[in-house]
Amino acid sequence: MRATGRKIIMAGLAGSVIMLSGMTAQAGGDIAPKVPIDRTKGECVLPGDQMRREHMKILVHRRDDTMYQGIRGGKAAFSACLNCHMVKDDAGKPVTIESPRHFCRVCHDFAAVKVDCWSCHKSVPDDAGNINALKGADKEAEKASMFARLMNFVQGGAK
Amino acid sequence: MTDMRTSDERDDVQATTGAQAEHAGNGAGNDAARELDVARRAFLRNTAAAGVVALGGGLTLYTISGEVLAKKAEEPLDPKKRWGMLIDTTKCREGCDKCVQACKKENGWDAEPGSRTDVQWIRKVEVRDPKTGFLASLPVMCQHCANPPCVDVCPTGASMQRADGIVRVDMHICIGCRYCMMACPYKARSFVHEDIPEEKKRFHAPMGKGVVTSCDFCAHRIDVGQIPACAEACPEGAMLFGDLNDPDSALARRLKEIPSYQIRADLGTDNGIRYTRLP
Ligand code: SF4
Ligand code: SF4
Repeated sequence: MRATGRKIIMAGLAGSVIMLSGMTAQAGGDIAPKVPIDRTKGECVLPGDQMRREHMKILVHRRDDTMYQGIRGGKAAFSACLNCHMVKDDAGKPVTIESPRHFCRVCHDFAAVKVDCWSCHKSVPDDAGNINALKGADKEAEKASMFARLMNFVQGGAK
Repeated sequence: MTDMRTSDERDDVQATTGAQAEHAGNGAGNDAARELDVARRAFLRNTAAAGVVALGGGLTLYTISGEVLAKKAEEPLDPKKRWGMLIDTTKCREGCDKCVQACKKENGWDAEPGSRTDVQWIRKVEVRDPKTGFLASLPVMCQHCANPPCVDVCPTGASMQRADGIVRVDMHICIGCRYCMMACPYKARSFVHEDIPEEKKRFHAPMGKGVVTSCDFCAHRIDVGQIPACAEACPEGAMLFGDLNDPDSALARRLKEIPSYQIRADLGTDNGIRYTRLP
């Protein structure tokens, strides 16, 4: 009796999973949120679909690089994310995490994921031009080595 | 007076300096215990440091040899350096708190005078020798100890010492237990009690409710080859920042010329901040 009940539930579940995946496949392009990006400022560190899966790992990896090694600036810097992905309101001011238009919330609201980052981190770039981290981001060799490490990390090299 | 502590905290410092004099005449038993303590701390710290090296994966740890070069943003820090500071108490003026103001502005904290709960990274302290009445005015912040008790006690590894000697809190893994605050002999650490509104946050100095923070020697500035905001702001040039390990640095040369002291040197924490004169 019990086993049959479970089977029915399982079958039901499987059915709904199939239905769900069918829906996503059909309407994926329409419902998946688009992360706002200013492409005039260059390309992202990784292609969009990879970024969607890996950005949290990159952030944590980068966080440790900065905390323990003092590595700052460059494309993988937090400030660089904000620089390209920042959304401006009607008055031309960057929107903070309070706004559902903030690039992080665009996806996280959709996926019902609440992140802690913004209780400490500022969600818009500093206005005072005080983005020290962006300075020194101009050396090609340094950029390349940073990319190599990042790719190595993403592909499971350094965990 | 720009002293930001309540009067009973002031008594604390007086008592502390008194204790220092007392300790000097103390027996050898204490010294042996202290050496053991320092050795134990060094062991713990080295084991922690090994973890740090592993974290870095295949990164080159040693970057620069020979002359002092300012660190570039994307380079890893140089573990051969040990950042420190000499505070010339003969130059530091009573009533001046430009270094404190500069730090507040740079790192986005604010403390009501006399508050015991607000975040405070650096404060001006007036210390008087109770026996002679001699008064010195000096800034006190995290002393960037070589043997930091705050790192020893942290249960999560959040309280950490970078390879270049900077002691700071990795707020990502701090659980806010405040053990480090109890362990620090210099009252250098503060707990963030309240949410910090967006407009008061500083982009490069994140902190938020529920974690402990302290002076990080302006790591975000040092990492791009600048000096800490307090040292830059001092109108008297009383704060000399530099590499203690490099005999050619202006700091090391100055330290060789004149006598300097660590606050409560008797504790064996080997502070990176030194003062020219203490009561
Ligand atoms: S002064 Fe206090 S917070 Fe700073 S390193 Fe020493 S024990 Fe730690
Ligand atoms: S408050 Fe944070 S940094 Fe301090 S001991 Fe606890 S976990 Fe470590």
